[in-house]
Amino acid sequence: MLGKLSWDALPLYSWVAFSGAAMEVLAAVAVVAIITYLRAWRYLWTEWLTSVDHKRIGIMYTVLALVMLLRGFADAIMMRTQQAVAYDSQGYLPPDHFDQVFSAHGTIMIFFMAMPFLTGLINFVVPQQIGARDVAFPFLNSVSLWLTASGAGLVLASLVIGKFSTAGWTAYPPYSGIEYSPDVGVDYWLWAVILSGVGTTLTGINFLVTILKRRAPGMTLMRMPLFTWTALVVSLLIVFAFPAVTVAGGLLGLDRYLGMHFFTNDGGGNMMNYINLIWIWGHPEVYILILPAFGIFSEIVSTFSRKRLFGYASLVYATAAIGLLSFTVWLHHFFTMGSSANVNAFFGIMTMIIAVPTGVKVFDWLFTMYRGRIEMSVPMLWTIGFIVTFVIGGMSGVLLAIPPVDYLMHNSTFLVAHFHNMLIPGALFGYFAGYMYWFPKAFGFKLDDTWGRRAFWLWISGFYLAFMPLYVLGFMGMSRRMEHYDMPGWQPWLIVAALGAFLIAAGIACMIIQLYVSVKNREALADTTGDPWGGRTLEWATASPPAPYNFARIPVVHDRDELIWRKEHGEGADKDDIATPIELPENTGHGVIIGIVGGILGFAMIWHIWWLAVVSLVAILATIVMRSFQDEGERDLTDSDVSALEKRGSGPLVGY
Amino acid sequence: MAQDMQAQHHTPEEMRRSYLFGYALAIILTMIPFGVVAFGLVSKPAAIFIIAGTAIFQVFVHLRFFLHMKPGLMPRENFMAIGFAAVLILIMIGGTLWIMLDLHYRMMI
Repeated sequence: MLGKLSWDALPLYSWVAFSGAAMEVLAAVAVVAIITYLRAWRYLWTEWLTSVDHKRIGIMYTVLALVMLLRGFADAIMMRTQQAVAYDSQGYLPPDHFDQVFSAHGTIMIFFMAMPFLTGLINFVVPQQIGARDVAFPFLNSVSLWLTASGAGLVLASLVIGKFSTAGWTAYPPYSGIEYSPDVGVDYWLWAVILSGVGTTLTGINFLVTILKRRAPGMTLMRMPLFTWTALVVSLLIVFAFPAVTVAGGLLGLDRYLGMHFFTNDGGGNMMNYINLIWIWGHPEVYILILPAFGIFSEIVSTFSRKRLFGYASLVYATAAIGLLSFTVWLHHFFTMGSSANVNAFFGIMTMIIAVPTGVKVFDWLFTMYRGRIEMSVPMLWTIGFIVTFVIGGMSGVLLAIPPVDYLMHNSTFLVAHFHNMLIPGALFGYFAGYMYWFPKAFGFKLDDTWGRRAFWLWISGFYLAFMPLYVLGFMGMSRRMEHYDMPGWQPWLIVAALGAFLIAAGIACMIIQLYVSVKNREALADTTGDPWGGRTLEWATASPPAPYNFARIPVVHDRDELIWRKEHGEGADKDDIATPIELPENTGHGVIIGIVGGILGFAMIWHIWWLAVVSLVAILATIVMRSFQDEGERDLTDSDVSALEKRGSGPLVGY
Repeated sequence: MAQDMQAQHHTPEEMRRSYLFGYALAIILTMIPFGVVAFGLVSKPAAIFIIAGTAIFQVFVHLRFFLHMKPGLMPRENFMAIGFAAVLILIMIGGTLWIMLDLHYRMMI
């Protein structure tokens, strides 16, 4: 009846796992209790969970990302403290638990922190930047969100019920096959990745169509803000790269569930093809994470330098070039698998070439700042911290691109230091910058400046302390993912790295305090103009927060920095904006149902509860069929609706 | 898409027939590879070629009958999109074949 599920699934194998599970359950109970105490369930359901408004979906994605950041960081600090104390001893984490921790850390940070964070920012910003009222497929957007959320839910559930994968975040076979990992861990990983992967693919399709079809009149491709450009390229990468991970995961699932032999040692399987397939997705994925951050930095650097972006066209072409080249470098993740010198040389050279457009971008940002009137706001701090730190990571990357060097560094902590050096400044700092930059647009008040600065300085110094020692340790021959070691020379460096992790923890604490202080002082921090930073693009042309339809009149675009053009052309600049009837899609619970039942389907498959899997699959199909027979739920706004909404305070330059 | 179809003077009846024809083709093209493998009709290399061939044909069936892409009637953007997709698929499949065959060769020695 319950498949493999039994009382043994509870995490009683180590006190750390048990207390982690207890904390997670307590946090969930606390959230439910608070919502019940505030009697906010109805409001939450009707206004947020069922919403198909791209702004609210974006905010919910970001909340998911921030929650998962806490969970992923908890894993990180556990690893750092374990390695700091585990010289010639077992430390406090048993090996089996340590393996779960690093697998969960990677999986969470990539799939359930970075992906929802960038999807949230794209969701919130892009339709506003292109002068659209919503995305092309609002309902699909809701489905994407809830599939991603249910994938994240599965990873969280694995802490309490059963165990997570011990096979690393990429789950290489044959170890991840049924022969060596017979428990549910890899299945948790598989279903979490497949569910969120489907959600992400749908998001990619949605934004590809939105950006190509929903731009305001006058906004040619070369007038699109740079963040929109990166979102367009990222959507393309998602559409083409994610099928590879779905296929790889699907074939691994067939091996595990139906005894097939795609990646097994025997029966004609070839595990190297899994590694090939997952990196066909994996390398574009790196650029899926980084490109939106590049877009955010471009917006911020030009806003706070009070200058037009230097080399706009070169930034666009560099973005497009990175997009294409990102599909031609994947073998550098497995140089050591034994390809011939020609194959390794080709991918090594391609890897060095892809550094060139990235370098172009760095110079464009520097030249934008050159002779600008730079305002050292918090988003700008993240940007400058990114440029300095990212260049170091880029150089270590070019080193690793040389196959003979990679043979020495493969799977060492040098590699760990390299990719954290790319992804923390290159992706996470960008998302933080975007979060602080667009926060007033989302909620109508700015985030507290002082706590933002403290968070930045703690994060960046913590980053250097935590990851520079790992470069050194890599040179000293330490491989990654070690539960304990017997080299006395490593321990001092690992203690420094752990101190860095604690500084980052303090940085995260500052961000939580920042949120609390800002909500408390929201009157003083209120943004009444809709344009708190002196913005250059259309998202700042409306009220903060914007009306549900963003633009009462569809703006006609004249310039790349449209809002600056309107500010310079003064009154009447908006005279040719187009008044069209406003229709809004109505909220629907179908997306939530598909997501939650999808999560139940995954859970049933993980624990081999076949009847439940069949029931939930039928329920999903029935929901989709029901939804498609429903008349499109849309509501036309009357003039009085619109003027009531606009009275809250209209945006400065797109009036009603 | 529905509007595009109307613009090309298709009645709903013709549209339905076109969808059903495509659907039938898609099913046949799926049955063939399954049948070839299930009943062991041909040798292994021939079976691989038949599977690959029907798969590629299937792609064109989808493009023609479900996405309504007709050469000659398509805007230029559609050609660009298909070209881009073709380049990426070529990189991914070609690259995979290159990498895996190279490895296979080295494992054989």
